Amino acid sequence: MTAAADILLDVRNLKRYFPIRGGLLQRQVATVQAVDDVSFVVRKGETLGIVGESGCGKSTTARLLMHLLKLDSGTITFDGQAVDAPGGMSVRELRRNLQMVFQDSYSSLNPRCTIESTIAYGPSVHGVPPAEARRRARDILGKVGLEPDLFVQRYPHELSGGQRQRINIARALALEPRLIVLDEPVSALDKSVEAQVLNLLVDLKTDLALTYIFISHDLNVVQYLSDRVLVMYLGKVVEIGPVEAIYRQPQHPYTRALLSAMPSMDPDRRVDQPPLTGDPPNPINPPPGCRFHTRCAHAEACCALSEPPLYNNVATTDHHTACHMLIPGSGHSAAPGTATPPSPAKREHAR
Amino acid sequence: MSDQSPIAVLPEIDALKRAVAGKSYWRRVGEQLLRDRLTLSVMLLLSVIIIMVLAAPLFATHDPTVGSVLKRLKSPGYPGHWLGTDEVGRDLWSRILYAGRYSLLCGVLPVLLALLIGGVLGLSAGYFGGTTNSIIMRSMDVLYAFPSILLAVAICGMLGSGIGNTILALTITFIPPLVRISETVTTQVRAFEFVEAARASGARPLSIMHFHILNNVLGPILVYATSLISISIILAAGLSFLGLGVTPPDTEWGLMLNNLRQAIWVNPLVAALPGAMIFITSMCFNLMSDGLRGAMDVRM
Amino acid sequence: MWFFLVRRVLYAIPILLGVSLVVFLMMKMVPGDAADIMIPPEAPKEVAEMIRARFGLDQPVHIQYVRWLQSMATGNFGTSIFTNQPVGSELFSALTNTFLIATPAVFVGFTCGVLLGTLAAFNSGTWLDKLFSSMAIAGVSLPHYWVGMVLVAIFAVVLNVLPGQGMGPEGFPGSWEQIKHLVLPVVTLSLIPMGVISRLVRANVLEILSMEFVTALAAKGLRRRNVLLHIMKNAAPSALALMGLQFGYLLGGSILVETVFNWPGSGSLLNLAIFRRDIPVLSATILVLATIFVAINILVDVLQTLIDPRIRR
Repeated sequence: MTAAADILLDVRNLKRYFPIRGGLLQRQVATVQAVDDVSFVVRKGETLGIVGESGCGKSTTARLLMHLLKLDSGTITFDGQAVDAPGGMSVRELRRNLQMVFQDSYSSLNPRCTIESTIAYGPSVHGVPPAEARRRARDILGKVGLEPDLFVQRYPHELSGGQRQRINIARALALEPRLIVLDEPVSALDKSVEAQVLNLLVDLKTDLALTYIFISHDLNVVQYLSDRVLVMYLGKVVEIGPVEAIYRQPQHPYTRALLSAMPSMDPDRRVDQPPLTGDPPNPINPPPGCRFHTRCAHAEACCALSEPPLYNNVATTDHHTACHMLIPGSGHSAAPGTATPPSPAKREHAR
Repeated sequence: MSDQSPIAVLPEIDALKRAVAGKSYWRRVGEQLLRDRLTLSVMLLLSVIIIMVLAAPLFATHDPTVGSVLKRLKSPGYPGHWLGTDEVGRDLWSRILYAGRYSLLCGVLPVLLALLIGGVLGLSAGYFGGTTNSIIMRSMDVLYAFPSILLAVAICGMLGSGIGNTILALTITFIPPLVRISETVTTQVRAFEFVEAARASGARPLSIMHFHILNNVLGPILVYATSLISISIILAAGLSFLGLGVTPPDTEWGLMLNNLRQAIWVNPLVAALPGAMIFITSMCFNLMSDGLRGAMDVRM
Repeated sequence: MWFFLVRRVLYAIPILLGVSLVVFLMMKMVPGDAADIMIPPEAPKEVAEMIRARFGLDQPVHIQYVRWLQSMATGNFGTSIFTNQPVGSELFSALTNTFLIATPAVFVGFTCGVLLGTLAAFNSGTWLDKLFSSMAIAGVSLPHYWVGMVLVAIFAVVLNVLPGQGMGPEGFPGSWEQIKHLVLPVVTLSLIPMGVISRLVRANVLEILSMEFVTALAAKGLRRRNVLLHIMKNAAPSALALMGLQFGYLLGGSILVETVFNWPGSGSLLNLAIFRRDIPVLSATILVLATIFVAINILVDVLQTLIDPRIRR
């Protein structure tokens, strides 16, 4: 499949639960399973899109990758080196290679610092002399499309939302990282500004040979930017695969529901009925078995009993889906290898 | 306009550059303060008081320790003693100046010390959270269980009077409120994504506190500390008034009040003077705190 | 909510333990111990040892603490070194006297504070607001012991209409003479709560006035008086809470005013104990005052939670 040398980031069994305390003695009464047993790889030079509803664990995953939150368990390997493990790469070193662009361009810039010192801060932390860090800051400002002379001495409140997000990107670039996690970088921006920032991201990626993890709830944006897409639901990966395969032939019922809810310019593809009803179940004490079965139209008894693993059902591509309907012998009536007639879902696939 | 010499254009470029250079938060606060006439005049009055008190030998008309039995408790306007004399005939004006040194010292120094200790504790509690926060804040809750006057009186009462013990007692008294305010604002600032971004850049906690937390929390903490100075001046004088603070032959506004307590039946006006000084100074710090708060409220 | 209330009350236990530890440590910081004050320097060594043993001063420090805490918790506050009287009864009568001035003072301060603050807020920006706001600032900047002296000078010395010292005749309070003795201390003590409360009320009312629902009420055609009622309902809880805290401060911090007026309350007892180096009286008074302060704080929190459940953390 993928040669080990191609893999930049290898995430295995990432897990993070948040305890909920309550009662008289503030004992732990429940846990939020924010990220539960998430594994994936990011290949050199690609863009991996991560999509899902709000609260599905996208941002927690990003913060776990950056080690901004402690991992409960799981391993992260960056370019063959285990992070935060004996003999591996230190968290500090990881953060030089892996940077993050935050969603809220207001709160992610220090209101008391000039643009120059905000961008130069990262390099100076890693021992770059001040003059050199400042020079680098001006350099990068030019790269993100802002005239250095006009911006170095300004403060965040004097800039527009799009300009601030460019500064955010510049700050991440200042450490010359190889991989950038973009956590909903354009969702707070106007549509016109959004397009400019997205194009900037595409240009920067080719110019600087970057790799992206692009987190968004906007499926159009993810489709535009990504090479592969990872779909999350309540802290779990439900589907991961190449972007064309997922958008053309989604395998998981949740992915199908998401995609059919996507606003489209094509009148023939518009739907009248919302495919997903109800809110996602509470991530505190999620449902047993497949977490999606409470909202799934194809749910059967087996779905509530056991959790489906990620399964590669399309042999030619590395397209993995966690659904009982696709796993032979899972006990679901639609699963391949059973004698039952194809379910409505299967027919829909064939179309 | 091709005949314009390059030199004539220069000022315009300068103006452009000035427009391009942004205004820092502190500069805006400064500009706001300059527009606030009340606060400016309060600060002027305060500096006059501080200068006159520090340079007491220059402004004093008499030796503050030497009195004359013949000229006891004279009213303001008495020849040679424009502010009158105290219960043993010492010049009141000179004594008020010299006493001010200790009043200001005991009023300002404890707050500064408490600001240093309480600020570090509160910043750590707010930044690190968790167990660190619990340990620091719960021990402060214990000190909070004493009304501030009681705590200061208790410490001074147990340790004995004297300027050192007064400063120690007041410092301990003002640590809990400063820890609490620093913790609150630090916790607020820490929730902003720019702190997370700084962590993501690989910076160490001390560097983040220095570059990203401190300049965002300093304003509210300083405003609060300024208002504490006004309380501190009243409390310090109060301790001396009880005989727990500065001891003779040194003097202090509160101690002067104490000495003049009996004189109130003879010459009420003279007895009231040192208290007026405590009131004016304390009021100045209060007004200054209000003015600073207003100036720092500029929207960013 | 009940969990919160029970937890709030239970939290008093570690706090009070901490308070007792602080008071005990302060006692131990006193240069020399209680025995040094009692034992004359010329006493033979054996006698000194005997006295130390009788008071448990020969024991290790932590044992001394536990013993001291036990006796305090059971209401046995020890005997005064100076008067040889049980500390408890002396403390009780002193506390009653302090209560006598602190209670009316906090009510006067609260009433005036709410009035001034509301008036200032409703006339915000006018000269009335400026006047009331400066009065409030003056109220918190005044050294109240000095105000006491000035009041004595005016009303007792110059005008000679009110007594300036002491409590007046013994017996149940209620006689005209006794009430006259109350006036000056109460007015003096009420200044601080007045300033603090009026500043809070002004800020609160201004904030509420800027909220949408007030505009909505006015738009509905509600009369000004009824709008005021709605506003007061929203501003009341925090002002009441502050009043409770101020009451605690006055009980524990009346020492200065009591000294000015020679009022025989807990503050005067404290003052006396300090100058007599009467450690048992001193430590018991501090501990009891702090305990009362903690109790009032809890009471305020509980009441506030009951009135306005949003406040609970």
